[in-house]
Amino acid sequence: MGFLNDMLVAPFLDIASEPIFFIEVVVGGLSAGVMYSLVALGFVLIFKASGVFNFAQGVLALFAALTLVGIMEWGVPIPIALMMTAGVMVALAFAIERLVLRPLVNQEHIILFMSTIGLAFFLEGLGDTLWGSNVKRLDIGIPDSPFEVGGVLMNEFELVAAATAASLVAVLAVFFHYTRIGRALRAVADDHQAALSVGIPLKTIWIIVWSVAGIVALVAGIMWGSKSGVQFSLSLIALKALPVLILGGFTSVPGAIVGGLIIGVGEKIAEIYWGPALGGAIEGWFAYMLALVFLVFRPQGLFGERIIERV
Amino acid sequence: MIYREAGQFKTSYGADQAIFPIAQDRVFIAAVLIVAFVVVPLVANDYWINAILIPFLVYALAAIGLNILTGYAGQLSLGTGGFMAVGAYASYKLTTGFPELNIIVVFVLSGGFAAAVGVFFGLPSLRIKGFYLAVATLASQFFLIWLFNRVAWFYNYNPSGTIDAPPREMFGVLITGALATPEVKYLTALSMLVLFAVLVKNLVRGRIGRAWMAIRDMDIAAEIIGIRPLQTKLLAFAVSSFVCGIAGAELFMLHFGSVETIAFDINLSFLVLFMIIIGGLGSVMGSILGAAFIVLMPILLTNLFVGVFGMQAVDAKHAEIMVFGGLIIFFLIVEPHGLARLWQIAKEKLRLWPFPH
Repeated sequence: MGFLNDMLVAPFLDIASEPIFFIEVVVGGLSAGVMYSLVALGFVLIFKASGVFNFAQGVLALFAALTLVGIMEWGVPIPIALMMTAGVMVALAFAIERLVLRPLVNQEHIILFMSTIGLAFFLEGLGDTLWGSNVKRLDIGIPDSPFEVGGVLMNEFELVAAATAASLVAVLAVFFHYTRIGRALRAVADDHQAALSVGIPLKTIWIIVWSVAGIVALVAGIMWGSKSGVQFSLSLIALKALPVLILGGFTSVPGAIVGGLIIGVGEKIAEIYWGPALGGAIEGWFAYMLALVFLVFRPQGLFGERIIERV
Repeated sequence: MIYREAGQFKTSYGADQAIFPIAQDRVFIAAVLIVAFVVVPLVANDYWINAILIPFLVYALAAIGLNILTGYAGQLSLGTGGFMAVGAYASYKLTTGFPELNIIVVFVLSGGFAAAVGVFFGLPSLRIKGFYLAVATLASQFFLIWLFNRVAWFYNYNPSGTIDAPPREMFGVLITGALATPEVKYLTALSMLVLFAVLVKNLVRGRIGRAWMAIRDMDIAAEIIGIRPLQTKLLAFAVSSFVCGIAGAELFMLHFGSVETIAFDINLSFLVLFMIIIGGLGSVMGSILGAAFIVLMPILLTNLFVGVFGMQAVDAKHAEIMVFGGLIIFFLIVEPHGLARLWQIAKEKLRLWPFPH
């Protein structure tokens, strides 16, 4: 009875009695959700254009942040360091296409998926070997001071993160819809063979997609790194991005954003209001369970294309 | 020259359907078994048995379990660690709750618990597949580990949060616990592996295995020819989790002796997945070869980096992760069907040797 009360009644009473605190929880969840979205965005880009489920996206973000910190430690000014890191990510995209994807063309999806897990291990080891494995501080001058709106405590950093994510999505949307390369990308996503037959070079497209995903990983890495330091746990965010993808649909850019926000808010609320009744630390699995329940009712996600199967 | 089936005539259906139809294969396998059961316990030292052979046998069993689900039935799973944890904790609760219960019975019963949990988390597989299912199995991984961490009943309210293998004996010989000799643990793990390898091999050759493979190759077509997806998929989850659960119980009882939930985290799931990918999807032999490879390689790499190149242990660890990732990609590119396929190619080559034309 006490447990039922803790599960069904008490949380709502708590919410009703302290609405300001509830809003703060939601805002905190939204800001975490933006971070998930940034990682999920990289997944979606690659999945759309090549059908590869890129497990290494989280490690890409870690690697980008590590590289940025490493370059900045040489005393390079921030804008140049950013450019250099972006250059490294593009070079990495070339290397991945040439050394991993091209030899594995036409293999089954699970083989490609496994190769990205191998890639994740490789990049993790490479980043640690090059830049060391201790936790590093990343500070590129993003303002980080709290302020109050109508009694709700907020942080400038959260606003910057949200604005970054929004502008990134806007830029990507423009890029996908109004440029020649963007149209080619959508064509490849639609049908590889048809795209090839009208003369779209698949290899170039893959390099571009992986470069864009690398840049998105860089942005995600900067955001996470400035918030909680550059460390290995960053790559675990990749796993959190999976339920986000499920919720939003594997092929939808807006889905990645909305899914990330839902997961971020959902797990914060669950942790704070339902966590104590269940024994705490339910953040670790709540997102996956939410995705699991969601899958049973809507397998293609919120914005995913309807799955049609034929023999 | 020595490996020919020429002159070996089969006079019964039984002989035709044998797992090893060629006499030389049977001799080879018998020799391997004799070496494994008799020679190894006599000559191997404790380090080899404890650090290499027992983990290899236990992981090989786990890999066979996952291979049923992923290799034969085609359901990608990242929840192996969770199912193995169920086996480990079930065996702990059973053997501390009923100390007089035979330890082998405990292993089998804990496999049963893991099978029940596996069926529950396999339910979404009826609606989803591929990567979606992988995420669903991730839910089981994280939820189960959280459950065993949070609910003190599972570790008998032990303040340190660990579970320790109590001493249990069979036929008067100590099998588990700190005082059991490595040789006995080794033989127990080996017997279980051989037993389940034979059982699984026969299962996948029969009607059930064919149904699994039909579901894997194209589930809609399989449904049309009269295979029930519900029963077939859930059976795959049940059998796979059963074997993985026993492997988890062995990992706890025979290898570690004392574990926390961290031993069963997501990395264990990936490790077992690597074993079946490198060994070969849909092959019992491949599971064993893959487990041998994944257990041996880090040890070889560490010895190479620290011993030969004189690197610091920390740097060596990083370089090891890097080389490990690189090797996985390399293996996938060179032979996507794994070591089992290489084994087959070697046998084909050997049949024609030394006159390939």
